[in-house]
Amino acid sequence: MVLLSGDLYTARDAAHRRMLDAVQKGLPLPVDLKTAAIFYAAPSPTPPGRVIGSIGPTTSCRMDAFTPLLMEQGLRVMIGKGSRSREVAAAVKKYGGVYFGAIGGIAALTAKCVKKMELVAYEDLGPEAIRILTVSDLPLVVANDSRGNDLYKTEQNKWRIFP
Amino acid sequence: MDTEITTKTKLRRINTRRVAAAVKKLFIEANTILGADVVSALRKGLKREESPVGRQVLEKILENAGIAGREAMPICQDTGLAVLFVEMGQDVRIAGGNLREAIEEGVRKAYQDGYLRKSVCDPLTRANTKDNTPAIIHMDVVPGNQLKITAMPKGGGSENMSAAKMLTPSAGVEGIKKFILEIVEKAGANPCPPIIVGVGIGGSLEQACILAKKALLRPVGKKNKKDKRLAGMEGELLKKINATGIGPAGLGGRVTALAVHAEMLPCHIASLPVAVNIQCHVARHKETTL
Repeated sequence: MVLLSGDLYTARDAAHRRMLDAVQKGLPLPVDLKTAAIFYAAPSPTPPGRVIGSIGPTTSCRMDAFTPLLMEQGLRVMIGKGSRSREVAAAVKKYGGVYFGAIGGIAALTAKCVKKMELVAYEDLGPEAIRILTVSDLPLVVANDSRGNDLYKTEQNKWRIFP
Repeated sequence: MDTEITTKTKLRRINTRRVAAAVKKLFIEANTILGADVVSALRKGLKREESPVGRQVLEKILENAGIAGREAMPICQDTGLAVLFVEMGQDVRIAGGNLREAIEEGVRKAYQDGYLRKSVCDPLTRANTKDNTPAIIHMDVVPGNQLKITAMPKGGGSENMSAAKMLTPSAGVEGIKKFILEIVEKAGANPCPPIIVGVGIGGSLEQACILAKKALLRPVGKKNKKDKRLAGMEGELLKKINATGIGPAGLGGRVTALAVHAEMLPCHIASLPVAVNIQCHVARHKETTL
């Protein structure tokens, strides 16, 4: 496991759809994706006195169709849960990016890693709006890397018991 | 023509305000306090898990449940669709308003006042309804004068990996098992393993799905008591699912599922419906009887 610290954007289904529409229409994106990191996540509402509600990864493969295009726009780091498509793995390799796997369903614990949160764009999407998070020691695994490794595949095969 | 019937049966009055308050409490508690049966199944899983990463994941899942409970934080940010099973005694008279509306009001209040995520949207425009309604309410009328309400916040990730299929009768028991394993294998890391697999066999298309969901309400790992064939199938499938190597969080390991719960009803001579409802490790449900 690795511990990640730094700034990340949150964006998932609806925000990806809008960013893709913007790119296709030649319109500017609401955030600069150059060397950016996206966490596929939508937090629960922030209770008073807290930085953020609970937060954790959503299933990444739903964003697969958008990813190569966003990587072309500069996106380099993605965080989510579950395996990615062959196209995404190839894009990660091509652009020298990384896809981190996060653990789903440990959202109260993950919230403790978030030191700051700010709304950035698409406010009307509610939980799905784009936010910027400053995280510290977010526990992750390197799922797909620039060398073409796929941790989900290799680890699952390692533990598989063949009949 | 309708005739008014006077009866000596005494109807018990339950006010809609009580219903709304009970629903609110159930959803907040279900989303912040992980059931003792789930915690105990996870602990057993940790004892069994051989993969170092798998063990780390299980430890973090247990640690998270502790934090969520102590700090009244949602265990998972996906606080789900509000699914309810309501059993209303036929000798209950709902007073003060509309039962369905009272349940919706309870859901609205839970998600607003409890800082739970609103995850319901228009299927086509994807516009959020902003209060997590409409709830999904399965209503049943039963003997008696009580109102039993079960709240089940159901996350999207595991629901997305669920499936139903109309098998042909010739597919038989082997076909059923093959279908279930296919769905679980295809789901991989996506539904947040270790999962609980709810299986509904028979009935009609929708009945199989409801059976599969209801099977998830059983305490984790409790075998089917009514049917030995199903109890046997549950054990066999659990072993096969845990041989897939998917493991906790899909990062490889021995503990892919905590349990398989199967339920069954008779079906049409032409059909063999099977539904698989996958539940993530944040298996949330809570019930109360008014």
